[in-house]
Order: sequence, then C-alpha cells, then structure tokens
Amino acid sequence: MPTYTIARALNEALRKAMERDAKVLVMGEDVGKLGGVFRVTDGLQKDFGEDRVIDTPLAESGIVGTAIGLAMRGYRPVCEIQFDGFVYPAFDQIVSQLAKVHYRSKGQVRLPVTIRVPYGGGIGAVEHHSESPEVYFAHTAGLKVVTCSNAVDAYFMLQQAVATDDPVIFLEPKRRYWEKAEVDPAMTPDPLHAARVVRPGRDVTVAGYGPMVKVGMDAAAAAEEDGRALEVIDLRTLSPLDMATLLGSVRRTGRLVVVHEAPVSHGLGAEIAARVTEAAFYSLEAPVLRVGGMDTPYPPSRLEEDYLPGLDRVLDAVDRSLAY
Amino acid sequence: MILGDNGAPGTRPDASGGSELVQLLTPEGERVDHPGYSVDLTPQEYRDLYRDLVLVRRVDLEATALQRQGELGIWASLLGQEAAQVGSGRALQPDDMAFPTYREHGVAWCRGVDPLRLLGLFRGVNHGGWDPKENNFNLYTIVIGSQTLHATGYAMGVQKDGSESAVIAYFGDGASSQGDVNESFVWASVFNAPIVFFCQNNQWAISEPLEKQSRIPLYQRALGFGFPGVRVDGNDVLACLAVTRAALEAARTGQGPTLIEAFTYRMGAHTTSDDPTRYRLARELEAWKLKDPVERMKAYLSRSGMADSTFFAALDREADELAAQVRNGCLTMADPAPLTIFDNVYVEQPPELEQQRREFGAYLDSFEEVAH
Repeated sequence: MPTYTIARALNEALRKAMERDAKVLVMGEDVGKLGGVFRVTDGLQKDFGEDRVIDTPLAESGIVGTAIGLAMRGYRPVCEIQFDGFVYPAFDQIVSQLAKVHYRSKGQVRLPVTIRVPYGGGIGAVEHHSESPEVYFAHTAGLKVVTCSNAVDAYFMLQQAVATDDPVIFLEPKRRYWEKAEVDPAMTPDPLHAARVVRPGRDVTVAGYGPMVKVGMDAAAAAEEDGRALEVIDLRTLSPLDMATLLGSVRRTGRLVVVHEAPVSHGLGAEIAARVTEAAFYSLEAPVLRVGGMDTPYPPSRLEEDYLPGLDRVLDAVDRSLAY
Repeated sequence: MILGDNGAPGTRPDASGGSELVQLLTPEGERVDHPGYSVDLTPQEYRDLYRDLVLVRRVDLEATALQRQGELGIWASLLGQEAAQVGSGRALQPDDMAFPTYREHGVAWCRGVDPLRLLGLFRGVNHGGWDPKENNFNLYTIVIGSQTLHATGYAMGVQKDGSESAVIAYFGDGASSQGDVNESFVWASVFNAPIVFFCQNNQWAISEPLEKQSRIPLYQRALGFGFPGVRVDGNDVLACLAVTRAALEAARTGQGPTLIEAFTYRMGAHTTSDDPTRYRLARELEAWKLKDPVERMKAYLSRSGMADSTFFAALDREADELAAQVRNGCLTMADPAPLTIFDNVYVEQPPELEQQRREFGAYLDSFEEVAH
C-alpha cells in the first residue's frame, strides 16, 4: 500500500481522473512544466500532453471563464487557482456564471468544473496567501464545496469531485500538503458529501474541516489526559453540509464546538450553530461555540500563530462548553 | 499615430465611422466595391436578408409594445442594429456556435430560435431556459462581457476536437472595457482559438458615450492582442455578412481570432427602463436615421428591381402575422409553479435543498387547507 503526502495523493487522483476520462483537462497557472507551485500537477503535462494540461495566462477570471466554455463543449476541466487570495478575480465567473448556468438553462447545460484552491494559513506567507474563502462559495447556490484533511480523502474526494456533474470548489489545506498517510486505492471510499467521525468520544463534539481536523485531533489527545473524551468530526463537505452525522454526534454529547480558520463571524460555524440549535435544541447542554479566525484581515505571518485556532483555543472552548 | 478617426479624446464620434469602414451598401442603397470584401448573392438571397431585417425589427417593436403594456418586465431593443445582427448571423454555418449578450434577437432569429423563447426571461418566467445545442445559440448572458470567455473556452474545445467550425462572441462597446473581454482576447490570441469577436459599437453604453470606454477606435485594440481587427458599417447588412464570413473562415482554417467592430447606432433606449433624452441629443438620432439599416436595403432592392411593391406589402403582412404570434404566445405564457424555484439548482439535488423544498411546499399547502 503506497504512502502519499496530500499533495501526491491529489496528483495521483488527477492522474486517475485523466486516465479514466479523456475529457478531463487540468488548467491553471504554472501547472505544466513546473507542476504547480505546490507540485500537485507534477509530471501530468509530460504524461498527458500540453493539450490536456494547460498552462494558462495569468488571469483567474479567464481560467474559470474559459473552463466554463470548455465544459459547455463537453470537457471536464479541473482548474487550479494558485492561492486562496487569488480566487477573487474569478469570483464573478464562479458565482454569476459557473454556479448559475444549470439553473439558467433549466438543467440543459451541465458544467462539471472542479476548482482546486489551496487555502488556509500557517505557512508564513505574505498577504493573500493564507485565506479561507469557503463561505463565499458555500453561500452560493449551485456550487458544491468540499475539503480534504488527509491523503486518503485527498485521493478519493478529488476523483469524486471531478466525476461530479455539478461545479465543485475543492479546497486543499495547503499547510498539510506534506502530511503523509497510507492510501489503499482499492478501498471503497465514503461518499463525497458525508462527514466523518474521526475520533469517537462522549463529552464534547469538536467539528472542523481541512487544516483544523488535526488541531481537533490534537486537542482530543490533550483532553484525554484530563479525562475528557472529545468526539472529533471531519466535516469534509461544507456545501451541502452532512447534518445527519453532526446531529447524531451532538445528540450523544450534548455539546458542540465548531473550529475553522475563517473569521468567526458569518462563518460556517454560525450556520452550523443555527442548524444544530433548530434541530437538536433539547439535546444541547450548552450553546454551540465557535473557534475561528478573528474578524480582521489575515494578519502578517509573525502573528498568525495568534490568529489561527490552535490546540489551546479549542480546549478553552471545550472548557467553556463544559462549564454550562 | 495612436488616435484614429473617431478616437480623439473629448470628441464625439461622427456617424461616418471613418475612412477604414468596410461598406458595400451606402446609406442611400447604392452598391459600392471594397478591395477586401464582396458579396455576390442571388436576388432571392438579397430579398431573404431584407426579410430578416424587417421581421426582426417588427418582433422587436412588438416586444417593446408588450413591455409598455406590462406584459414584459423589461425589453432590450435592437432597434438600429438589425443589419449587424442579421449580417453576422447569416454568415454562420449550422455547426458554428454563437454566444450572445441579451440583445441579439436578430442573431437568434438567424439561428432559428423561436422569438417567443427570447421573451421568457424578459417576462420573468425563466432565466432563458433554452438548450444552446438546439440551435447552436447560447443562452443570453446579462453580466457584461462574461460570455466572451465562455466563447473562447468553447472555441478551445472546438480546436481540441479537431472540428472545422467556428465560434462567434457578441458584445458591445461598453463591454470592451471589461476585464473578461480583454482576458478573452489574450486567451484567444495565445491559443489561436477559432473565434470571431463581434463588437456592436452602438455608440452608447446606457448613458456613457464611446469616449468613456476608449481613446482609440475599438477595432484597433485587436492589434495589441496580436490578431486582426476590422471596422465594418454595422448598418450595412451586406458588409456585415461579408466581413463576418471572412473572419469565420479564417477561424475555421486555423488563422485564429478576428475582432469585428460593427459601427452602428442604438436608435432606441438601452432598455425600456432607460430614458435617452437625459443624455443625448435628438439630432444625433436624426443623423443616424438617415443610415437606417432596413431602409437602405429596401432602397437597394427597389432601385435594382429585385423587389416590387407586391413583395414589400406581402412582407409587411408576414411581419404583422409574426408579431401577432409573438404577442399571443407572450400573453399565454404561464407563470411557473412556486416550487419550480428549486428546480435545476444542481444536477444532483442535495438533501438539504430537497428538505427546504418540502418545507416550503408544506407551508404553501397550509394556506390551501385554511381555504377548505
């Protein structure tokens, strides 16, 4: 069984997707010879040719806009946006076109476009390289938004995303790109739009996604030393949300802490808190608590350890939840 | 020299279009030769082009009337741009793909799209809803310039397929300032995509005149992107046909993109919500009326003896019948059922949206129960 980093697992997933379907294209800035700035597309152009692995001009709206046109022609493009903060020039094409053409056409035009976005902080980068833009897309009807937290999910979820006939925003936790796991290509993967309990526990549910799953797991390991059993959930799918898994957990623990890097206000945590409160009000022993980035622009990197939710802030929220 | 005939800052472009304007039919309806372009059609084909112009204008007038009577929420009239649209639309082969804005009713007509289908989005019963593959005519796109990138991507796909067809992207003088349009020029150029960019310069982007968009004639922008640009008399259906045919043929034969600037005039308002008297002078419109695209073709047909009063009278009757069909079809266009709000958001509808639909359905049903 091979051991892959997340970056390598994504690379293998793209390779599989391209082998399976000749209409799958990879396009973006530096995805060809360089193999992408994170090497996720390493070697693909050599193996599949410049016709299928396309180094594009440096214009994100153009990347997504032409991908839409290619999809209209029957292709299945996988776009790479180099960094989270560079997705905004493509925002109009994503929100007003990609998300809406199926609706506009009464279901007669499908746009099976996957947009890969390395996201999140923790890599000591300059401005615009550490953002968490997921809510903009989760708030947009017509898009599906997913994120992986480990190499196994990276391998399977990306293939599933590419095979999906709806547009998918595929968020990659860039600071975890080099974390490794054994990947069994023969295993049957979970469905794309399913959350997963990655560590069972009875006291408090900690739900996170992407780069925050590791933080949740670390918090659970630390809490165990204090005799507290945290249940950790990897949300995996942000739109649609898998509320069944989340509500099942909350009904067991009665307490929920949601963790994300994105600013806490108007974030996924707010949406989850509203839904859990509505659906499981009488199971709750404490209000749903959120741990996230501050309501500020992403700070200079020397401050990001303070900005980003870490083990201690998660445990602090767990304490506050248990204090009710 | 950077500044062209009509590009001097602070001046209004005159109606002449400048010395580089390709013209085959004068405003008075006289045929003129051009060293680079020509058309040689049968009398029937000339009459057919005129028929297109007349019918398209008649449908457009009917739609404006329907809006005034409250049957459409809004209408974007093509008045004055009939020749640009019919000339370019008739240049297309069946396999070619057209990407319109929201004003290409004349191109839609040439592609065989039932005019009634265009009214749905203006009436508010759908956002378009036709299948682009049926007539190789994409859905109307309302955000200015977005479709030029779709067209370019589509053309890249045509190229990958090894197909010998071409793509045409419509946009206006206002859209020429959009990033997407400029990005599509970059893309089409570096990938040598089989595409024709057809810009209808109707001189006005709602209230903003051309000099708010450009200091040089729009067709000259193509040069900076590395492909040819040509300015055609947009009120001359023959010149538009000839120039677009040549550009499409270049695209089909691997010569890459062309920018066509069809120099025309928006004789009506931007849409039925607009009031041009606030920002432009009546005498400008009067000057352009002398260049009317329909009248000049009529003059040509009459003068050359290719059509007589019997033909024109019959065509007027046909136009009125078509308008009546459009009117009746519009009036009988039913409102969609409330729960169709949820249709086709996704190919695979997520359970949470399905639940929202059920809840809204139950909410609506609760009123019916009260009524019982």
